[in-house]
Amino acid sequence: MKQKIRPMEKIMSGVFLFCGIIAIAFVLFISIYLIISGLPAIRQIGLAEFLLGDKWASTASEPKFGILPFILTSIYGTCGAILIGVPVGFMTAVFLAKVASPKVAAVVRPAVELLAGIPSVVYGLIGMMVLVPAVREAFDLPDGASLFCAIIVLAVVLLPSIISVSENALKAVPREYEEASLALGATQIETIFKVSAPAASSGIAAAVVLGIGRAIGEAMAIMMVAGNVANMPSLFASVRFLTTAVASEMAYASGLQRQALYSIALVLFVFIMIINIVLNSLLKRKGD
Amino acid sequence: MKKFNRRSFLAICSAVAAVSIMTACGAASSSSVAASSTVSGSSSAAASTVSVSGTVNTNGSTSMEDVMGSLIEAFKEVQPGVTVNYTGSGSGAGITGAQDGTCDIGLASRDLKDEETGVKQITLAKDGIAVIVNPANPVADLSIEQIAQLFNGEITNWSEVGGEDAEVVPIGREAGSGTRDGFESITGTEDACVYQNELTSTGEVIANVASNPNAIGYASLSAVEEDSTIKALTVGGVAASEETVLDGSYLIQRNFNLILSDSKELSEAAQAFVDWATSTDASDLIAGAGAVPVAE
Repeated sequence: MKQKIRPMEKIMSGVFLFCGIIAIAFVLFISIYLIISGLPAIRQIGLAEFLLGDKWASTASEPKFGILPFILTSIYGTCGAILIGVPVGFMTAVFLAKVASPKVAAVVRPAVELLAGIPSVVYGLIGMMVLVPAVREAFDLPDGASLFCAIIVLAVVLLPSIISVSENALKAVPREYEEASLALGATQIETIFKVSAPAASSGIAAAVVLGIGRAIGEAMAIMMVAGNVANMPSLFASVRFLTTAVASEMAYASGLQRQALYSIALVLFVFIMIINIVLNSLLKRKGD
Repeated sequence: MKKFNRRSFLAICSAVAAVSIMTACGAASSSSVAASSTVSGSSSAAASTVSVSGTVNTNGSTSMEDVMGSLIEAFKEVQPGVTVNYTGSGSGAGITGAQDGTCDIGLASRDLKDEETGVKQITLAKDGIAVIVNPANPVADLSIEQIAQLFNGEITNWSEVGGEDAEVVPIGREAGSGTRDGFESITGTEDACVYQNELTSTGEVIANVASNPNAIGYASLSAVEEDSTIKALTVGGVAASEETVLDGSYLIQRNFNLILSDSKELSEAAQAFVDWATSTDASDLIAGAGAVPVAE
């Protein structure tokens, strides 16, 4: 009996190993590919001019490849989305984990999950047809497509991940902490903000970092509402993000322009790497 | 439960593996089929044409992608033995390719310059670019200079060209787009346009102009005909249409050219493609792809 099982065990562990290697192989392949195809343009343009140049004119007769507007737009856009998304997401998580009755939570939670499942192109489409004209009317602008619209759309896009991660963190807080606080005479709100939230802080921080990663990598939704002109960022100006810079010009790019797009992707990849490292260290601290 | 989990995991893994193997094989076999398909198709070809075989490489203008795509698709029926490849790399690269022989036929969405020697051009079609505004905009006619000024930021208010007192919102295509290249080179606004919005498709440009009363944009002629959500401007009093593009009175237009080498003789297959593409047989296909055919 044992002898019959053994070859199967070996085969299976081989299959598992193979599948594990596939994931690593993809990551390695993408990293190496991006570095190899992203470096030549940076070398040709010059790192300082590429990262700090404030003018992007890729098809001009004297092309300029400065991506500072894209980097700043990505940072501003992500910060704006976090400023709106985190308070709303955290409050929703508190509501789901601590305040709502099970019946209400049973309605709100699937709605949040559904929000996570909506494809980003749908967010973009609705943003383009509803939000952009509304912003134009509300602020009396010549055109609504702007950083402001992109921030609103991004905030909605990253809401579900912030809600679900911080809800789990809040639920993991030992009940004894809260019971002790309530027994000492603190109200429910005081308990939530002074006991539960600090106890779940590393989990909530992880939710924020995850949200940042989601926001900085989003392309499709914001491409349709941001206007895509390589301006220096300003709240009501047409702007271009790192992701949309790659996506919007890739179709017809050639030569150095195409290589520079790879370099932008490499910069974006470095950003995502940094965010992941921060996220991992936060989660590790949570585990300790 | 544990057993079930393992089994389902195994099933997923094997499915993934199977799919990846199949796609690998599929890719390999389809390329070999393309290379070896030299079956003569006398039945579908017109009675007078002799069936030939071979590969024709075309390279050049990205603006001509739609036209080339439908021509290549239809040419498979006319000459099943011929494989025509298209690479979109820009008009300049297409002309260079025809000069140094790296492709059989170069494609250029502009006319040859004097210094580009050793090649000749055959005009396949004409491309008209319509300038569009919102139907609510009272402006109906502009000169080509006014259009250029609206896009390069010299005119920022519609009242300067007879419209309402509102800021102009120029909407364009992304860098590298053939339509943008065509519009900017014809109006003389290369690298000078101040866009409020750079969009990646004709459809998005039309949707944005349709939703913003102060917007001005440009799009291929074929895309805006019979579209009531936007209004195509007349340029110098001439409305954009196939007739006005053909007789040259509508100014925002350019030629789609096939670039052939003077020194190198065309292969039989390439000659067959050029003859067919410039004949009236291909006119409907060119019109269907949004350009105005010139064959008579």
